[in-house]
Amino acid sequence: MSRVSLNLCLLAVLGGAGLLAIGNVAMPEGSAYHVPTYAVSLAGKYLCYAMLAVAVDLVWGFAGILSLGHAAFFALGGYAMGMYLMRQIGTRGVYGNAILPDFMVFLNYKELPWYWHGFDNPAFAIVMVLLVPGVLALVFGWLAFRSRVSGVYLSIITQALTYALLLAFFRNDMGLGGNNGLTDFKDMFGFALQADATRSGLLVATAIFLAVQLLVARYVVTSRFGKVLIAVRDTESRTRFLGYRPEAYKLFVFVLSAVMAGIGGALYVPQIGIINPGEFSPANSIESVIWVAVGGRGTLVGAVIGAVLVNFGKTIFTGALPELWLFALGAMFILVTLLLPGGILGLLSRQGRAPKITPAAEPAE
Amino acid sequence: MNLLRCLLLMLAFMLALAPRQARADDPFAGMGGSFDETKHAIEALALSGDKQAQPAIAALQDGKLFIAADKSLWIKTDAGTLNARTGEAGAAPGGLKPVKKNNAVREAANSALGSLTLFSADRATRAKAAEAVFKSRDPSALPALGRALDKEGDAGVRAIMEQARAAARLAAGETPDADKIAAIATLRARGDLEASSLLAGVTAGSPEVLKAAADAGAAIARVQQLWTLAQGVFYGLSLGSVLLLAAAGLAITFGVMGVINMAHGEMVMLGAYTTFVVQQAVQTYAPGIAGAGLFIAIPMAFLVSGAVGVAIERLLIRFLYGRPLETLLATWGLSLVLQQAVRSLFGASNRDVTTPAWMSGATMWGGLTITYNRLYIIIFAAVVLAALMAALRFTALGLQMRAVTQNRRMAAAMGIRTPWIDALTFGLGSGVAGMAGVALSQIDNVSPNLGQGYIIDSFMVVVFGGVGNLWGTLVSALTLGIANKFLEPLAGAVLAKILVLVLLILFIQRKPRGLFPLKGRAVEA
Repeated sequence: MSRVSLNLCLLAVLGGAGLLAIGNVAMPEGSAYHVPTYAVSLAGKYLCYAMLAVAVDLVWGFAGILSLGHAAFFALGGYAMGMYLMRQIGTRGVYGNAILPDFMVFLNYKELPWYWHGFDNPAFAIVMVLLVPGVLALVFGWLAFRSRVSGVYLSIITQALTYALLLAFFRNDMGLGGNNGLTDFKDMFGFALQADATRSGLLVATAIFLAVQLLVARYVVTSRFGKVLIAVRDTESRTRFLGYRPEAYKLFVFVLSAVMAGIGGALYVPQIGIINPGEFSPANSIESVIWVAVGGRGTLVGAVIGAVLVNFGKTIFTGALPELWLFALGAMFILVTLLLPGGILGLLSRQGRAPKITPAAEPAE
Repeated sequence: MNLLRCLLLMLAFMLALAPRQARADDPFAGMGGSFDETKHAIEALALSGDKQAQPAIAALQDGKLFIAADKSLWIKTDAGTLNARTGEAGAAPGGLKPVKKNNAVREAANSALGSLTLFSADRATRAKAAEAVFKSRDPSALPALGRALDKEGDAGVRAIMEQARAAARLAAGETPDADKIAAIATLRARGDLEASSLLAGVTAGSPEVLKAAADAGAAIARVQQLWTLAQGVFYGLSLGSVLLLAAAGLAITFGVMGVINMAHGEMVMLGAYTTFVVQQAVQTYAPGIAGAGLFIAIPMAFLVSGAVGVAIERLLIRFLYGRPLETLLATWGLSLVLQQAVRSLFGASNRDVTTPAWMSGATMWGGLTITYNRLYIIIFAAVVLAALMAALRFTALGLQMRAVTQNRRMAAAMGIRTPWIDALTFGLGSGVAGMAGVALSQIDNVSPNLGQGYIIDSFMVVVFGGVGNLWGTLVSALTLGIANKFLEPLAGAVLAKILVLVLLILFIQRKPRGLFPLKGRAVEA
């Protein structure tokens, strides 16, 4: 990963988002430069996915943790934001109840469940966006890394984790809207979510968050800490024998990555207008891994490129040839792993393959 | 004129005969007279054991019993008239009038009909009648029950009649204490929910009776608890056998070979679709053997999924050995392709696989309800696992597989073509998954998403049981199945599944190495 390509990527993300926003807000409708609102929302969605992809790349590309449950952190951040947005609806809901969201009135709730308290306060909601995915990652990661669960076993239990959350959030008793999830949002921090200006503002905000995320991620992986992390990725036992504690390094980067994914989810929900348990489905998490693989694992920039390209392809495909999308996605998984281990960036850098990621099989311990 | 005279003569003759028929032991005597006479006649009929009693009283109830001017009784049917005494068809004389009824007559007819079937020639009908008396607890049925018990030869029906008598005696107020206690003992022996609710209804009586009833009620509750427990175990075994079937193939590909095949669920799905295709073919070309279609589907599913498995290994997985995370991603992509291919071929909606007649229905075994399809799946899972173990233990292929697993280079040096063994091992695991699909097609929706629902569970089963150990897979599948079913009543179905998943995640973190001994090819790169 070169410093230049990351700077180029930052420029492209910020500049692109800025141009789209200006095109949407400042250009009159009918002008050749006018950008329709749905395109702004779509771009915002891609950038949120890019945030998730960068989070995945941070753990997979630099710590060798293939998490198949990262979309769970994304969705948890989204739910935290969704709960805030639900409380903002107030009396504008279908039932006009000032305290209870519509689905609670519908399900005969008498009062707000305890975990909904505080979400009317934006500051509290923002803290929760960071805290909920972070704490889950901390507990899960602490248990997993301490007992040296790694490789595919870790992948499988992260998948089981998101599957368990999927089942849990589908329950109406969970008090989070059951399978309909949270939707029908009206405004955020006082701005109407349907307004073009808010949409453009959210896109620019997402671009800024993504840029900050990339800078933080680059700082982490290029620091001394990052060097140890890469050592852990390549040969964990040798790093341990050198006196480092791999589990601490992994845990830190896992939690950081989960928080980043949570922020992505929190920005995703107001732009999409809904969050439901489907976001927890294991397929979503695995898809986010393929974005990283397509772009180029362990490059950060590749994650952004992969997320935007694959999702752009998905939008085109599902619109034009919905039958073929799964074939294309499946083929992408197979071809990238078989023929293009370095992803697009690997191809561009003419190395033909990524920096050596898969170490030779360690002798059995 | 002649004819009329002849008729008159006949009528006179019959009239003369009539009083003689109204003998004291004639149960039909008095029928069609006053309400009181009719009622007595009904009661006499009910106790008579006469073959014609039941149809006559039933006809009376329906308003189809007529009395002629000569007091002979006739039943009107759609086909004509029947003599009520003999049941033979015949032309009724003139002056037919319906036998009159009031409420007392109707009531008598009702209870008579209930007890009459106690004397039916058909064993099942008698048992049903006795069960009806048991449920109604009607003390007025006691005399009929007593007579029926005297006549009854079948031990099973006798037992039900005894229970019915016990129920009726308990319900009757003036039964002596000794009889009541005997009745309680009979009900205690019956030991089901009906009996316990009857016993709970005993609130009046001497202290001895009350105590006996309370004791019997408690004893029944204990027995019921045991049955509930046993039912839970059966459901757990049933779920466990489904998990075992889904995981058995994975125990080979993941457990023995160390290949993370995320398309394993799709091998199961292919097996289920093979079952559907075989069923369609059998219905079209050989409808006579429709019930045996499943037996054709089992080897077919093994071959189809096994062949696809061999193809996957040769074309994809062999390039990814030693790179488990890449294998995982590539096979996930493959699963998407297979799902979409099946969806394009067969459509996205569920396909209808009919359950053969010999697999539907249920049987009661004590307090257990055992559904046949679940029972057969348990048996099938056991057979599949046994066959798999035997194949690994006793066949040349199994020997070579174990050799390659234990020491690939040594095996190669001994002349084993290890790449082919890899392909065949993978094919075997996939084929077993296909056979699981045959079983799952009987209890689950056959849709392109069928396999996805099982993939996480299957991995959990294999990982929990210990990689590379079929016995471990067996124990783990049954443990998870039973744990799931016992948590369900406490927490609800979905929460139970979540709890089991969380417990598993914690367990894996507790014993990560103990359960995955790296005996085979290094699972981790």
